[in-house]
Amino acid sequence: MKFVKYGSILLITFVAVVGVAVPMSATPQSWLEFPLNPMLQQKARNIFFHVPVAWTTVVAFLVGTYYGYRYLKTKNIDYDIRSVSAAGLGLLFCTLATVTGAIWAKFDWGSFWNWDPRQTSIFVLLLIYGAYFALRSAVETEEKRGTLSAVYSIIAGITVPFFIFVMPRLMAGLHPGSKGDPDGAGPVVQFTMSGNMFVVFFLALIGFTLLFIWLLSLRVRTARLEYAQSIHRS
Amino acid sequence: MSSLRSTVAVIRKDVQSELRTRYALNALLMFVVTAVATILFALRSDQPTSTVLAGMYWVVVFFTAMSSLSRIFVSEEERGTTMTLQLVASPAVVYFGKLVFNTLLTLSMTVAVTILYTLVFSTFFVIQTVSIFVITVLLGSLGFASAATIIAAIVAKANTRGTLYPVLSFPILIVLLITVMNATAKALDGEALSAALGDFQVLTGYFLAMTAGSYLLFDYVWKD
Repeated sequence: MKFVKYGSILLITFVAVVGVAVPMSATPQSWLEFPLNPMLQQKARNIFFHVPVAWTTVVAFLVGTYYGYRYLKTKNIDYDIRSVSAAGLGLLFCTLATVTGAIWAKFDWGSFWNWDPRQTSIFVLLLIYGAYFALRSAVETEEKRGTLSAVYSIIAGITVPFFIFVMPRLMAGLHPGSKGDPDGAGPVVQFTMSGNMFVVFFLALIGFTLLFIWLLSLRVRTARLEYAQSIHRS
Repeated sequence: MSSLRSTVAVIRKDVQSELRTRYALNALLMFVVTAVATILFALRSDQPTSTVLAGMYWVVVFFTAMSSLSRIFVSEEERGTTMTLQLVASPAVVYFGKLVFNTLLTLSMTVAVTILYTLVFSTFFVIQTVSIFVITVLLGSLGFASAATIIAAIVAKANTRGTLYPVLSFPILIVLLITVMNATAKALDGEALSAALGDFQVLTGYFLAMTAGSYLLFDYVWKD
């Protein structure tokens, strides 16, 4: 766990410093210059934070659903504790991804919210987390609470492929790689990363994933203590 | 008893107890009338486009469904008949029986909304491609009912049922809602049947995935 803790701190600090400090130029000469995207300008640096946070959201959702599935199979309350801890972190990262994305959208697409397929997906994910915690607070016995919320998160997981594969076909998008916007409401930014940007981006992905693992282990350990205390009291 | 025959027995039991009280059907019909009247008041003499009408159509269906489809399991809990049902029928039989009943309810809802819409929006709500509309309503009702049934089973075991049901259902149903609104607008605009094939694929996939998932997970929810 020490490796995870210091690794995430080190990598995220490195990404924050390098991602902000390395100059951008239209004709990058050396390894220490990022290419300047004419449409995104300096705002392109957000890719080192926004995308890894969104990636961590997906990881948290998968981890939460996986532990929910394990709980259904074993009925071991520890899996429920892990599942709900992952879901709590998922909500945190989902909010961060929404906020960083909305700010970026404001300055590149003109408004905070455009109902782009991925914005719609993250909105639905926020709703799913909201519903998940509403459901948990509505069930009193812990065994039933674990079972019902695990079933709900798996049912919600069934709809995820539709958001990834179907939504982009149904509606026009603005994210890079979308099918384009026929109404001309905003430009689809063509964006490919250069080699050195990709290294920083990849390190950011690892850094945020490690941060998630570290935070998850912290939350699981406190939740276990709280659970033991509640057993002890009753 | 074969599982098909017991499924039919579960459906018959639900239909019979429904016809005795007509609780769900009456509430459903009144809800549809109220919702359509509210839309009429909101629109006044404006001329709604086909996109708006298609959207409004499924908004009415969604909220009507949210007010009535959870009854299917909640009523069992309230009457205290859950245990009996658990004893006499296997979980799969109960699930598919309830699914068929909910599909019937959703279909009767869409019929009621369609009739009302044709009457009150006689100039705007003209279904030009009937084939798209019928297939959309059929597939949409199936998908709607399959998601609504498993969520109803979850909600029946929780404490605050009434408010929780739409909260849990909406994120699950949103893909379906977008697709059926899309396809219904195509039917109103008079596009060819081939234009809606993609929507039908999505609806079929949604129904199959949701039903398979619900079938696998229903045991855990149903057994206490």
